[in-house]
Amino acid sequence: MTPDLASFKASPDRDPVADDTAAADDTAAGNPAVGERDEWGGVVAAVTAALGQGFTVVPDRTAPRGTERRTWFDTYDWRLFRAGLLLEYVPGRRGGELRLTSATQASAAQAGATQASATNASAARAGAAAANRNSSASEVLVQPVTGWQSSRPHHACDIPPGIVAIRVGKVIAPRALLPVATVIQSTAVSRLLNADAKTVARLVVERPALSAGRQSGRQRSRLAPRFTIQPVRGYPGQARRAARLLEGTEGVTKAEGTLLEDALAALGAAPADYSGKVDAPVTATMPASQAVAVILLRLLDTLEANTNGVLRDIDTEFLHDFRVAVRRSRTALKLFGDALAETETGTGPGTRARTAPRRATPRDIEWAAAEFKWLGDLTTPTRDLDVHLLGFEDMTARLRAAKPDDLEPFRNYLAERRAREFRALARGLRSPRFGDLTRRWRDILTPIGAGGGRGSGASIRSGEISAAALAADRTRRAFVKVARRGGAITPDSPHESLHNLRKRCKELRYALEFFAPLHDPAAYGKVVGDLKKLQGCLGDFQDSVVQVDEIRLLATSMQAAGEAPAVTLLAMGEIASGLAATQASARADFERRFVAFAGTDGRRRMSALLRGGARSGGSRSGGAG
Amino acid sequence: MRIYATYNIKGGVGKTTAAVNLACLAAADGLRTVLWDLDPQGAASFMFRVKPRVKGGGKALIRGKRTLDEAIKGTDFGNLDLIPADFTYRNMDLLLDSNGSNGSNASKGRGASNGGGGSGSSPGGKPARRLGELLAPLAGEYDAVFLDCPPSISLVSENVLHAADVIVVPLIPTTLSVRTMEQLADFVDGFNGHRPDVVAFFSMVDRRKKLHREITQEIFPERVVAAATAVPALSVIERMSAERAPVTAFAPRSAASRAFRGLWAEVQDVG
Repeated sequence: MTPDLASFKASPDRDPVADDTAAADDTAAGNPAVGERDEWGGVVAAVTAALGQGFTVVPDRTAPRGTERRTWFDTYDWRLFRAGLLLEYVPGRRGGELRLTSATQASAAQAGATQASATNASAARAGAAAANRNSSASEVLVQPVTGWQSSRPHHACDIPPGIVAIRVGKVIAPRALLPVATVIQSTAVSRLLNADAKTVARLVVERPALSAGRQSGRQRSRLAPRFTIQPVRGYPGQARRAARLLEGTEGVTKAEGTLLEDALAALGAAPADYSGKVDAPVTATMPASQAVAVILLRLLDTLEANTNGVLRDIDTEFLHDFRVAVRRSRTALKLFGDALAETETGTGPGTRARTAPRRATPRDIEWAAAEFKWLGDLTTPTRDLDVHLLGFEDMTARLRAAKPDDLEPFRNYLAERRAREFRALARGLRSPRFGDLTRRWRDILTPIGAGGGRGSGASIRSGEISAAALAADRTRRAFVKVARRGGAITPDSPHESLHNLRKRCKELRYALEFFAPLHDPAAYGKVVGDLKKLQGCLGDFQDSVVQVDEIRLLATSMQAAGEAPAVTLLAMGEIASGLAATQASARADFERRFVAFAGTDGRRRMSALLRGGARSGGSRSGGAG
Repeated sequence: MRIYATYNIKGGVGKTTAAVNLACLAAADGLRTVLWDLDPQGAASFMFRVKPRVKGGGKALIRGKRTLDEAIKGTDFGNLDLIPADFTYRNMDLLLDSNGSNGSNASKGRGASNGGGGSGSSPGGKPARRLGELLAPLAGEYDAVFLDCPPSISLVSENVLHAADVIVVPLIPTTLSVRTMEQLADFVDGFNGHRPDVVAFFSMVDRRKKLHREITQEIFPERVVAAATAVPALSVIERMSAERAPVTAFAPRSAASRAFRGLWAEVQDVG
């Protein structure tokens, strides 16, 4: 098939309402999709008029007309989009179809470049370049499906078997697909005729309107119409001429984003607008209290963004991200909480209210730390069981003596336990205590994060330290702890010492990540890379220790409940034995990983990293901290 | 890919009308269709409003310097493309013959698969198979090819007859035209290997003429499939050149369109 020559759309900069009066001139593009008002009619009329300078423009009555409904799906953290994929569901009379477009094609089909997402800018640029070249190195996979409900989440295992299911399954698991936006689109085709009244190109006008999205209950709103010139075989020059005329039309620009992005923009969102990463906008010269509040507010946002998904039990990763936000908050409070708390004692209350930025009280910090511990404890049992269930397939695949079916009673037992634990978790998250926690915590942090009313460019006052100085100081302390504790570990050390080291490593990692924007990216990348490898080794060790203990406990409780056939216990024994082997190999690997991170070179690297951060942030301007 | 050719040694019997309308009906049925206007007069190209010009002319095509693919033009109808006529096609016989004797890069090494063997311009040899060779690469892209043949018996028509799976012969109901039908059937019977099916139908039938009413299909040779459908002489068909479109497109409910639909159904059933 000949690819579309070029895609254009009505310029988003113009004021669409100004075109109201011109709606009656809308002859070439057919009826609007929905509603009475057609604020884009003027642009469509202008396009028809512009093409009229070179061609006779007549409606193509042979082209299929009507409207098409398209619902885009992605995981909550945009895994498909980040992988350069767009998944749509298009309902039809007899069932519908799933269409999966790879980035190049998404861009070629819609000249798509993501304006909104910096993270995907390079992929989008490549796509746009491909579109300009009319690249055919792209693919659209189509899979017919019946009974697909476009308003519900779908897990990878719920997608009916087919070509799209295979491609999508690996990318999204263990997350579920959620409807992102729905657009109703009418399409009208006009023929562009030469002097012999021969069709030499076609103009396709797509007129989309937003139907619903994540924020339901919103009114339908029209999106900018899109114009595409389709060449007719053997007449490439005429299509180029038509594209030039379109390009020169006032109010029309080259389409640089996908329709999905237009739809999301109308919903006040953007692709990839959720990430579990801590990307708080801290700067080196920010007062330390403000930087810590900004970080904690960002973590609170993540926590709240995931709460609904946890309660609806959409997929396991909502709880995972929720718990990471809790853990990070606890670490931030532990390492940096004092910077947040009111420490000045010499200033009179009256003076402080007028000039000094607001701070939290030490009691606030204690309260928050206790509440976040409560959240951690509340969510641990469900997450532990999720981990068991998520790894179940791998676990059964490793069985040598036992059969996978032998473990089925174990899986059922885990699933039942999980359902029970989840009910307790949901009760906790629906309780007034949780509501109070998030509300009060935000109330405390917001004024501090805003720099006590001084804005983001707040300067450091006497008695305060900069974000950079705080980051360097606390990260150094966390590193020293890791180095000291790790260095003391010998082959005879008990499990607990490695477990303890693992926790300290997590704290150090979080400290580095919170202030990542302050560090030199290359030096940061190397330090964090080595730390990650050490954490991986400690994680393998600790997880296997915990899982062996858990299997022993679960076997005992299953037997007590009369739900433990002998073959299942045997299979569980085999699993425990496999875990013990993992544990031994992780233990053997520890020394190497630790030396790579915290040996002489590692220490030098960490020092250099922290010196860089402290330098850019300036030194203390006062004596406090 | 199935290749249909409209052929008659006589001119003005409705070959182009049949080719244009049958191709249009095939495309409307969803078959990816291309019509090659081999007649240098370019009547089929005119009907589709395409200029009768091919870059490099017939010479470049026959010699393999340009592919047919490059010459294809999209028509105003979905699924239907056209390879236009070119005035140089009037010399196609010479081109085919010289190409066969001299050999060309495009045809080298393909002779064995033609089954015709021989060299130079021997009957059924290489020069007689060249059009078929040129069409072969289109197999992946098209389901149906229609060849609108110029009137005559020549190397071009021999090529067309060899390339085609079905030869559609419009006949004016006269004794003489039935005789030419016999000649054609004998000629095709003489082919080695692949022999096309031959379908004949009465064209430009005037019910007012006694002779037209009296000539029946029974007089056709056994080898030929006689279509039950006859295409009447109607003014709406003559309007095609004014409308510059197939009658099945601009007057789909006319008696002429009904006749062509009936004929297309019969032609598809052959073989």
